[in-house]
Amino acid sequence: MSTLVLTLIIGLGLGALYFLVASGLSLIYGLMHVLNFAHGAFLTLSAFVGWAVAQAIGVSTWGGFLLSVLAGALVGAVFAALTELILIRPLYERHIEQVLVTVGLSFAAIALFEGVWGTDPITVTGPAWLGQTTSVLGASIPNKYWVLIVAAGIVLAGLVLFLKKTRYGMIIRAGVENRAMVTALGIDVRRSFTLVFAIGGAAAGIGGVLAMHAMTYVSAHLGSTLLIFAFIVTVVGGLGSLTGAAVASVLVAVLQQVANTYLGGTGDFIVVILLAVVLLVRPAGLMGKRA
Amino acid sequence: MSGPILQVRNLRASIAGQQVVEDVSFDVPATGITAVLGRNGAGKTSTLRGILGLISRRGEVLLDGERIDALSTHRIVQRGVGYVPEDREVFAGLTVAENLALAERQREPRRDFVAQLFPDLVARREQRAGTLSGGQQQMVSVARALLNDNRLLLVDEPTKGLAPKIVTEVADALAEAATTVPMLLVEQNLEVVRSLADQAIVIADGRVVHTGTASEILDDANLTRRLLGVSAEEHA
Repeated sequence: MSTLVLTLIIGLGLGALYFLVASGLSLIYGLMHVLNFAHGAFLTLSAFVGWAVAQAIGVSTWGGFLLSVLAGALVGAVFAALTELILIRPLYERHIEQVLVTVGLSFAAIALFEGVWGTDPITVTGPAWLGQTTSVLGASIPNKYWVLIVAAGIVLAGLVLFLKKTRYGMIIRAGVENRAMVTALGIDVRRSFTLVFAIGGAAAGIGGVLAMHAMTYVSAHLGSTLLIFAFIVTVVGGLGSLTGAAVASVLVAVLQQVANTYLGGTGDFIVVILLAVVLLVRPAGLMGKRA
Repeated sequence: MSGPILQVRNLRASIAGQQVVEDVSFDVPATGITAVLGRNGAGKTSTLRGILGLISRRGEVLLDGERIDALSTHRIVQRGVGYVPEDREVFAGLTVAENLALAERQREPRRDFVAQLFPDLVARREQRAGTLSGGQQQMVSVARALLNDNRLLLVDEPTKGLAPKIVTEVADALAEAATTVPMLLVEQNLEVVRSLADQAIVIADGRVVHTGTASEILDDANLTRRLLGVSAEEHA
């Protein structure tokens, strides 16, 4: 019983991390039809900057931890907004070129990060509580997963509020459905592109700093490791659907953990099978708009 | 007498490299409704979309004497061109209120006017537009264009696929709207054209093949049969 509880809660925590990365990817694709392979670079840079901030303030303090998360969000947002303005916008409606430029940026960013911070993973410590466990139904749950779950919950609630309650949120939801019609109402939809990139980058930045704490290291490849699963989550959930991304994040991560625990470490294989099944049976994803 | 509100000169438009409007030139008077007629696939919708910059186009388009053909779609709309698209294109996941709110461009949108024209929409404010009937979605689509003080409305097949009772309601709303704003109307229902339009332009194979008053075209059985492939009497 305790093993099942541990597996499920770790799955939920991992799902929370996937959601932080996938939510931005999904919104960006939904509105702009850009498959952003540079998303992992937003996450990695945020993690490095978050680590530097925590180092400066005190790695074991909660103040250092919170400020590192905020710095990660800010760095992710700025990096993403600049990427949209400088690299994506000039290639408006040229989707192949946009994909190529994000792939190029991701490779260049990894090389740059290795040049600045080295090729070896840097071990990270945080507040002592993060390294401890909390007992739930006999299972000892590492506290870092609670932090991931709470952070993803806050980000999800914030995104839902933003999308439902603000005019920009309304424009983004409408743009995901029918971008041309939004422009035919006299709205410059391109302005919301930068905003969506910034929001996605901020979520990825928070995910980067928290992933760093969850994995207790940061490296130039942190983002690319998570990006693979974030893409799977985005496709399974339905490109453009925030709710789909949330549901698929939990589904993918829990399935992965259950398979790792009970099926001899086949979690990654099972996730790929799930992806294949979804693509064959429901190509638009669980909650995506049919083409 | 004031000049035309819209002048279209040698408009050519294409979709995915395929030329769909060959060479269209016409004027839209500053008052009343000008109908764009033609058989299916003649290029009527593409002409409207070309004017609005929704598809790739060349040629000159002047709104009240000012060139707008180099502007992007949202800037053309901001200059006072309202658009009611073919197939309604409401945002299905947004509520009626959200669909209307998105369309509001001016400080004091004409909410009372729209509420008076479409009281049903007021009652359905919080309903998702995707769950409305076809007629109600068309009302949302028309209402979005009427919320602002436009200089011109481009209206594309507003009665397409609607029940006769709803056709009458939509036509009445357009007639009311036309008292305040000139309109370029693509419409297949010739009875609606007869009841609404003052002028008419007939397009065939991406070119203007006839212009005149709507009644002149519709009252001439040979002309309607030759240009539109139907007779107005049969259509009624």
